[in-house]
Amino acid sequence: MNLNATLFAQFVVFFILAWFTMKFVWPPIMKALDERASKIADGLAAADRAKTDLALAERRATDELRKARESANELRGGAERQGAQILDEARAEANRIIAAARTAAEGEAEVAAQRAREALRDQVALLAVAGAEQILRKEINPAAHADLLNQLKAEL
Amino acid sequence: MATAHAPTASEYVSHHLGHLTNVKQTSLVDWSVIHLDTMFYSIALGLLAVFVMARAAKKATSGVPGRFQAAVEILIEMVADQAKGIVHSPESRKFVAPVALTVFIWIFLMNAMDLLPVDMLPTLGALVGINYMRVVPTADLNAALGMSLAVLVMCLYYNVKIKGFGGWMHELFTAPFGNHFLLYPINFAMQIIEFVAKTVSHGMRLFGNMYAGELIFMLIALMGAAWAGTWGSGLLWVGHIFAGTVWAIFHILIITLQAFIFMMLTLVYIGQAHESH
Repeated sequence: MNLNATLFAQFVVFFILAWFTMKFVWPPIMKALDERASKIADGLAAADRAKTDLALAERRATDELRKARESANELRGGAERQGAQILDEARAEANRIIAAARTAAEGEAEVAAQRAREALRDQVALLAVAGAEQILRKEINPAAHADLLNQLKAEL
Repeated sequence: MATAHAPTASEYVSHHLGHLTNVKQTSLVDWSVIHLDTMFYSIALGLLAVFVMARAAKKATSGVPGRFQAAVEILIEMVADQAKGIVHSPESRKFVAPVALTVFIWIFLMNAMDLLPVDMLPTLGALVGINYMRVVPTADLNAALGMSLAVLVMCLYYNVKIKGFGGWMHELFTAPFGNHFLLYPINFAMQIIEFVAKTVSHGMRLFGNMYAGELIFMLIALMGAAWAGTWGSGLLWVGHIFAGTVWAIFHILIITLQAFIFMMLTLVYIGQAHESH
């Protein structure tokens, strides 16, 4: 319990140790602690951001999906309409072709009938003449009666 | 003890309370004497404290800390929080907070020397011819007062730094009773008493606790040493084991508490130096 120079020695040691701590212990550890705190804060902020980003992306994805479905529907509608149109056109064309063919065939048939009728007329005239010839062989002179015969032909 | 007769109880205790000195101290105050044992243990433990912490600081990363780093960080954050709550100047805290940390760990280690068996190191010392050795530096009044004196000097420094020399002088003469020329001497006397009381009680509290603790360990050791094959001495021997266990466990609390109290008072006194009345 005596006082002596130990007191001053301890006094000096106190400041040397405190200086050492201040210089080499405190700053690096405080720096590490602060850095970790800011890292954690950054991490939390990033997580928040990621969460909002995710929500945004989900909304965008739904939008895209809806848009794709709409455009697909539109495409299908268009295709169906176009198909129906093509079908209608083809049907109309076919009808037209059939009608034209029918008209052509009818025309041809008419001409053929006319021709046949004329040929028949000639032949009937000839037959009549031949028959009359047979009957009147002697009495009728083809040359003298040519007018009569032509008149007859025209009447037939 | 290799001597012919075993030492008596009072011889044993007073031998244990003797310091290893450069010259024998005869008067109460003698500035030419130095306690070599106190100096050795306090410097060794102080270096141990700062180098262990410096190791942690060197490896400190802002990533995931290891257990050792986490332990040091817990200590540092505890001290930093206390310092932040008591000393309000961030500029002063750059020095004051490390001081508080050093004080806490250093005093804790010096107090913890009390938990070593009371005869262990002195007996080892006696084997190599060192006949006196006190292993608990804080149970030496010089060490405790040396540290509280260091705190006093810091208080004075911050008083002048924060308030300016004139401001501090003004405070010395006008606080706590008021600014009146008749009150100047009373104020000044009060302030001086306050500084002296703070410093002495600061050091004495630590010294008293550790000295008393050490003394009780010695008395407990005497109980075991009383073993002589008789019934009564056998009971004392059992008492040694029982009391030694209880006191050592209780002392774990005391050494931590005293280190913490010294640190907190250091912060409080320096914090007071920052506040004007």
